[in-house]
Amino acid sequence: MKNGASTFAQGVDLSLYVISGISIFFLVGITVVMIYFVIRYNKKRNPKATNIEGSNILEILWTVIPTILVLVMFYYGWMGYRPMRKVPANAIEVKAYGQMWKFSFEYSNGKLSDSLVVPIDQPVKLLLISKDVNHSFYIPAFRLKEDLIPGKNNFLWFEANKAGKYDVMCAEYCGQLHSAMLTSVNVVDVGTYDTWLAQKESTANEHPGLSLMKKNACFSCHTQDGSRLVGPSFKGVFGKTETVETDGAEREIVINEEYIKRSLKTPNADIVKGYMKGLMVPYDKILTDEQIDQIIDYLKTVK
Amino acid sequence: MAATTELNFFQVKKGLFSWIFSVDHKRVGLLYLYSIMAFFLVGVILGVLMRLELLNPGKDLMEAKTYNQVFTMHGVIMIFLFIIPSIPAVFGNFFLPIMLGTDDVAFPKLNLLSWWIYVVGALMALSTLLFGDGPADTGWTFYAPYSVRTGTNVTMSVLAAFVLGFANILTGLNFIVTIHRLRTPGMTFFKMPLFAWALYATSWIQLLATPIIGITLLMIVAERVLGVGLFDPSIGGDPILYQHLFWIYSHPAVYIMALPAFGIISELLPTFTHRTIFGYKAIAFSSLAIAFVGYFVWGHHMFTTGMSGAARIVFSIMTFLVAIPTAIKVFNWVATLYKGSIDVQPPLLYALGFIFQFMIGGLSGLVLGALASDVHLHDTYFVVGHFHYVMFGGTGFAFFGALHYWYPKIWGRMYNKTIANIAFVIFFIGFNTLYFPMLISGLMGMPRRYYDYLPEFHLPNMISTYGSWILATGLVLMLGNLIAGFFGPKPEIGRNYWGGITLEWQTLSPPPLQNFDKMPEIPKGGPYDFENNY
Repeated sequence: MKNGASTFAQGVDLSLYVISGISIFFLVGITVVMIYFVIRYNKKRNPKATNIEGSNILEILWTVIPTILVLVMFYYGWMGYRPMRKVPANAIEVKAYGQMWKFSFEYSNGKLSDSLVVPIDQPVKLLLISKDVNHSFYIPAFRLKEDLIPGKNNFLWFEANKAGKYDVMCAEYCGQLHSAMLTSVNVVDVGTYDTWLAQKESTANEHPGLSLMKKNACFSCHTQDGSRLVGPSFKGVFGKTETVETDGAEREIVINEEYIKRSLKTPNADIVKGYMKGLMVPYDKILTDEQIDQIIDYLKTVK
Repeated sequence: MAATTELNFFQVKKGLFSWIFSVDHKRVGLLYLYSIMAFFLVGVILGVLMRLELLNPGKDLMEAKTYNQVFTMHGVIMIFLFIIPSIPAVFGNFFLPIMLGTDDVAFPKLNLLSWWIYVVGALMALSTLLFGDGPADTGWTFYAPYSVRTGTNVTMSVLAAFVLGFANILTGLNFIVTIHRLRTPGMTFFKMPLFAWALYATSWIQLLATPIIGITLLMIVAERVLGVGLFDPSIGGDPILYQHLFWIYSHPAVYIMALPAFGIISELLPTFTHRTIFGYKAIAFSSLAIAFVGYFVWGHHMFTTGMSGAARIVFSIMTFLVAIPTAIKVFNWVATLYKGSIDVQPPLLYALGFIFQFMIGGLSGLVLGALASDVHLHDTYFVVGHFHYVMFGGTGFAFFGALHYWYPKIWGRMYNKTIANIAFVIFFIGFNTLYFPMLISGLMGMPRRYYDYLPEFHLPNMISTYGSWILATGLVLMLGNLIAGFFGPKPEIGRNYWGGITLEWQTLSPPPLQNFDKMPEIPKGGPYDFENNY
């Protein structure tokens, strides 16, 4: 286990050590006794068994002692967990989005980022928002995890106490590229954080359609270079003739504005042959008609 | 003696139809055995393929989607087709009536029907390999809303699990009625073997909990086919509701899988120590306590879903409480070895292996029951390791122990004991090499259901994969040895091969159709009172 890098790590690790310590003691103890009995009372050494029906004192003893021990374990687990639900009032709030198969973050000043940057020794609260299915935001170094459930507003908070870059992984199975849903949290000093936060990404020269597509994680599933991911590539997509499946029947269509609009608003209506339906969420409530036009405009340029 | 000329249950009728339409509980038990073993082997092959894929980071063998379908299929087969029916449907069916001194279960036709339902359900599950848009890729938990949205054939998979549930319900119902109504005169509840007690507790869970999973799975189908809006928030549903419903069944189901194994261990220990079990009543009642408390712990599968703090605390405490009756059992089993006259035979080795591995499984469960450490370990490989220690290292080992124990009784033949011992050692080493590194990679933070992983997790994954090869070798040797025992000259087995005390050892091997050639005698004193009966 790597060294902890958040204020929770101590409590979690303590509960781990206490429970594992008691557990290993009993595991080793009982195993040794078991092996000793098997050797000592082997039928060669002990041809005549003694019929012992039981002992009330022992039964009480090995009911009471484990009860006390498990309550001790519960206590340490509870103590380590308690601070995780008490968010300090001065916590920095960041929105953390999860969607197949990408995390993204939105800071209160509107800054967007694919990885998390946080200041050291300051509480940070993440509002966990899933755009499609269940995900789980897991930072092993912080000993912290909470699920992103669509339609439910979960949160987590932490205070990182060691500078460095730590892995963030999706821990709740979310489909094909679940194991590739990774990002990182970079713990930096306050000065670096403030500078980073103030930096505006130079999107001025970028096509607005491309910015929109990056923001909505379109490229997690669709490439621009013709290679195949979960969905068909965008390369040369506009004007292409494609075989699609509509209500179970195959038909040929030419990809035009109409088709792209329909694919964004009702993704399962036409599925390009050889791909799976059901993976894409409808964007009719997420994108405006204007934004869809910008995306179409951009797609025309992907040759 | 007339008894020696009596036909055994294999001989009374011959031919395929005399088996697949038999209402003899022994034949139904064996039908279950052969079908369960076939599916177990399919599950093992899928498991070995998964380990092969995880040997190195990146792609080794298959695509991500295929891997996801393989682990789903592995889970569905191992849970619904192997471990849930395993001990009750095979050894419960075969031995419960004999141990109670009766000639069949209460409803023999329902018993046969249960096997047929099992076969239909199993074929439905396997049909997804051939028909539709490929086997489900959701994991055996079918979590919504992914299971509602994915294009793979989830509908057929959950319908299969729904159908399989009825097979369990019928078996459970049959055992409860059999235990209440068909015990031979003199066989009071407290003279029943502990295997019967374990099956009794199991049957109540099967009967009461299985309908919940049935309706939950139908709700998934309704959601997929009709778009009802139960679990998918984009059409007004609640994904958390699914998780509650799923675990309300699936946690008690863990005890459906574990309790019968406890019963097996409680049979093996007295026979091979040649003394009474220590704390008969404590073991019997702890089964009922586990079955009861086990209903109220399901929330520990959901500690990171944003449940209220109060719910997390309650579920954590309940989880720790259910550990106590389990600990009581372990202490009583070990105490049974004290001052016994221990005959180390293959079945006993499986029982000792069970106790060791089940302890690791149970104790690693405590870490997962505690709130703080679970937040770190939830949905990591630690859970995968824990689960396999309990289910495979526990129930799986008990199943194979039972198979070695009752082998001479069922078939009137014997396997090679030296090879059985060697196979056990390889199997045991392979098992621990395969699953212990999973606990380590989980502590390091490797999430479960990962097709690919970061380089830092390479070593434990590599060791794990090597372990899977050792395990498979042990398994092949063990099964080969058991099959080899069917051939060659028939040895003289007698009635009581191991020197057991329960009623099945009073009849012929294999038993006659009516189970007993003469009225069985209830042991004097307690059910395991070797002193007054030998």
